[in-house]
Amino acid sequence: MAAYIIRRIIHSLIVIAVMSFVIYGLMGLMPGDPVDLMISADPNVTAEDAERLRALYGLDQPLWTRYLNWLGAAVQGDFGYSRLYAQPVWAAIVPALQNTLVLLVSSLTLALIIALPAGIYAATRPYSVADYSINLAAFAGISMPPFWLGILLIMIFAVVLGWLPAGGTADAGGASGMWESLKFLILPVAALTIAGVGGHTRYMRASMIETLRQDYIRTARAKGLTESRVVLHHALRNALIPVVTILALDLGVLFSGALITETVFAYPGMGKLIFDAIMGNDYNLALVGLLLATALTLAGNLLADIAYASLDPRISYTDMGQ
Amino acid sequence: MSLVRTFVLSLAIFTAGTFGTTSANAKSELVIGITQYPSTFHPNIDSMLAKSYVHGLVRRPITVMNADWETVCMLCVEYPTLENGGAVLEMTPDGKKCISVTYKLLDEAVWGDGTPVTSDDVIFTWEVGKHPKSGVSAAEGYRRILKIDRVDDKTFTFHIDRRTFDYANISTLGILPAHIDRKNFEEPAAYKIKTAFDTDPMNPGLFMGPYRMTVAKAGSHMVFERNEKWWGKAPAFDKITVRVIENTATLEANILSGGIDMISGELGLNVDQAVAFEKRHGDKFQITFKPGLIYEHIDLMLDNPVLQDVRVRQALLYAIDRNAISERLFGGKQPVAHSSVNPLDWIYADDIPKYPFDLNKTDELLNAAGWSKKVKGIRVNDKGEPFRLDIMTTAGNRTRELVQQVLQSQWKAAGIDVRINNEPARVFFGETITKRKFQAMAMFAWISSPESVPRTTLHSDSIPSEENNWGGQNYTGYVNPEMDELLEQIELELDRDKRKVLWNRLQNIYATELPALPLYFRANSFIMPKWLTGVQPTGHQFPTTLWVEDWTVTK
Repeated sequence: MAAYIIRRIIHSLIVIAVMSFVIYGLMGLMPGDPVDLMISADPNVTAEDAERLRALYGLDQPLWTRYLNWLGAAVQGDFGYSRLYAQPVWAAIVPALQNTLVLLVSSLTLALIIALPAGIYAATRPYSVADYSINLAAFAGISMPPFWLGILLIMIFAVVLGWLPAGGTADAGGASGMWESLKFLILPVAALTIAGVGGHTRYMRASMIETLRQDYIRTARAKGLTESRVVLHHALRNALIPVVTILALDLGVLFSGALITETVFAYPGMGKLIFDAIMGNDYNLALVGLLLATALTLAGNLLADIAYASLDPRISYTDMGQ
Repeated sequence: MSLVRTFVLSLAIFTAGTFGTTSANAKSELVIGITQYPSTFHPNIDSMLAKSYVHGLVRRPITVMNADWETVCMLCVEYPTLENGGAVLEMTPDGKKCISVTYKLLDEAVWGDGTPVTSDDVIFTWEVGKHPKSGVSAAEGYRRILKIDRVDDKTFTFHIDRRTFDYANISTLGILPAHIDRKNFEEPAAYKIKTAFDTDPMNPGLFMGPYRMTVAKAGSHMVFERNEKWWGKAPAFDKITVRVIENTATLEANILSGGIDMISGELGLNVDQAVAFEKRHGDKFQITFKPGLIYEHIDLMLDNPVLQDVRVRQALLYAIDRNAISERLFGGKQPVAHSSVNPLDWIYADDIPKYPFDLNKTDELLNAAGWSKKVKGIRVNDKGEPFRLDIMTTAGNRTRELVQQVLQSQWKAAGIDVRINNEPARVFFGETITKRKFQAMAMFAWISSPESVPRTTLHSDSIPSEENNWGGQNYTGYVNPEMDELLEQIELELDRDKRKVLWNRLQNIYATELPALPLYFRANSFIMPKWLTGVQPTGHQFPTTLWVEDWTVTK
C-alpha cells in the first residue's frame, strides 16, 4: 500500500506540472492583458505608459519565457505576487481557502448527514410514499439554480423575516462571539447543502438498491439477520463505494470553491478568488489557485482509492505494478 | 412533532432580536456597500474607482474638482493661476514654451502619525511617478515636470515642459509619505510590491484625511475610524465600514435588511436597477441620480463603405428614439448625449446639431445615399445588397443588451437590418475593439474627466494599427485635419474664452460628422438612508467621499 501511495504521489506531481503548463498557456491565449484593463480604467494612461507597463510586468516577453520564469521561481517556493491583491500569492489564497474550507466542509458534512440516511431509507422502501417524497425533495434540490436559491433564501430570511444577515462574513458584519458569527454561515451553508443533498441522496439510493439485490444480501436475510443489520452491516459498505467516488470528485470542488454561492452571499472564498484572478489576468494567483484545486482533486481521488480498499477487502494495491 | 416544534422555537429565539442592523448603531457608525475591492491601496498605481472611493475617506489631493465642476485647492492654500501670480510663463533654455506653477500646502496638513505633509513628500511623489520601473500607471503628468524647486517646507514650484490650459490641476497626483515610503523605493523595480500602502496599509502615516483605515480584508470589507490628527471639520461618524458586495441583488437585499446603510452611487446599482428599486422602496430611502462622465455611445467603423457616407451615419441616429429609451428603460435619469461633452462641463455647446427621432429625415437621408429601395422591408442599394450592419457590445451586460434590442427594432422600422453579435468583455475590449475588428458598430462607454481633450479617440495619429502596435483609441478610424488641429490647439490655449470657441467648433464637427453615435451619459444612483444628509454627488471622477466631513445625521 505504501508503495502504491508513493507511486500515486509521483504521478500526481507529474500531472500538476503538466497542468501548470496547460493553465498558463490557456491564460496566455485569452485576449487582453492587465495593461489593457488599466487603460480601460484610466483615460490618462498613454500608449507610452502601456508599453512601459508591459515591459515592467514582463508582458512583452513570449509566453514560454514567462512560464519558465514562473516555473523556476515556483520550484524554489516563490509562487509570485498577486497583482490583483497586491500581496504574495499565498497571502491572498490562505484567507480565501480558510473561508472556503469552513463553508464547504460544513455544507458537505450536512449534506451527507442528510443524504446518506435519506438515500438508505428510500432504497429500503422503494416506490413507497416515503421514497417518492425523498426523490421529489432530491430532484427539487438538484433542479434549483444556486443563484436563484441563494437570492430566495436572502429575501426570505434576511429581508422579509430579518432573522439572518444578507450575506457577508462575520467580521464584515461587525459580529462578535461564536453565535453571532455562525449566523453569517447559515444561509450560504443552507444554499450549498440544498444544492448538494439531492445528488448525494440519489447516488446513495441507487447504489443501495443495486447492492440490496445481490445474492449475499438474500443469504443474510435467509440467515435470519434483522433488516437493519443486513442494510447497515452488510449492504452499506459496498453501497458506499460509488458514493465515495463522487465524494472524491467533490473534494476538488470543495477547494476550488462555489463561485455562484460566494458571489451571491458576498463570501470571499476560493471560487471568487480564482474567477477574479482569471478575469483580471492575474497569472500568478490564477495559476496557483487552479493548481491547488488540481492537487486536491488528485488527493481526493487517492483518498477514495484508499477508502475502497477499506470498504471492500477484495481490493488490494499491494500486488499492483509488480 | 414536539422535537420539531422545539427546534423551530429555539431557532426563532436564537435569531430573533439578536441580529439587528449592524449599521450605524446610535448613528455613530455608517456602513456603505460598494461592488468592488481595490487591487492596491497605492494612490498612483493601477487606477480604480474603488480605490478612489475609499481614498476619499482617508486622503486628500492637493487640488480637486468640486461638485460645481471647478478645480479648487484641497491641500493647498490658493489655487495658482496666471492672474494671481501663482503661475508664470517661462521659456526653456532651448526656447520651448513652458510654465512654472507654485503651490503652498496648508500649514496644518499633517499625516496621520503627526508628521507634517511637506514639499519633500511632493518631490518624492514626483521621483516615484517619473521612474519607469516604479509601477505608476499614468506617468505622463510626472514626465512633463522638468524640475521642482523646494521653496520651503510647505512651498514648491513645478516647472512644466508645456503650457496647457489645465497647468495648475494636479488633482490626480496622490502625495506619497516620504518619511514612510522612501526606504521602500531604494530599489525602484521592487517598489510596487514593497510600498507601505500594500505591505502596511493600516499605517496611520499613510493617511491625512478625516479617517484612517483600521481593517482591510481583501475581497470583503474595510473599516475606517477617526483620524485623530485630522485638522479639518470633524466628521459625523466614529466609524465607517465599507462592505464589498459584488452581486447587486445581494446589495439590494443588504440595504433592505439593514446590513448596510447606503449604496455608493459611484460603485453601486445600475440606473435601471435603481429605478426599479425606487419604484418598490422609494419611500424608505432617499435616492439621487446624478448623470456623470461615462459616455455611452456606438463607435462606427469608418472603414466600412456603408458607413463612410455621413448621410448614412446621420440617418442611423435620426432613426433611434433615444429620449424614449431614456424614459422607458432609465426612468429619464440618463440624459441623451449629443456629443462626447457632458452638459455639466462648462465647455458644453448647446448649439450643435441634435438628432431627435425622425423617421422622415431618416428616409430622406438614406434615399439620397442610394438606399431607397426595399426588399421585404430591408433597404437595398443599386446592386441589390441589403443594408445590413452588425452591432457588438459586451455580452452579459444586461443594460446594454436591452438597449441593443430596442435599437435593433427601431432600425428595422427604418429598413435597416442590424444583427447583434456580442462578445465577453475580455474579447471585446482585448481584441475586437483594440484591433478594430468590428464590422460596423461597437457599443461601449468612455470614461473621461471634465474638459478632457479627446485626443486619443479623435486624432488621426491615434488610430490603432499593427504599425503602431495597436496604440491609440481612435477605433472608428476617424480622420479630419481640422479636428486634428483643434485637438492640438485646445490643449495649449490658456485663454478660457478662446478655448470655448475651439470647443464649440469641435463639438459641432463631432455632431455633424458623427464618427460615433452618441447615446447617453450614464448616471450614478445614490441610495441613502433618510437620516443622512450632505452627500453631494459630483458627476465626475472625484467621489463623494472626498467631502465625507460634510455628511451629517439629521435629528
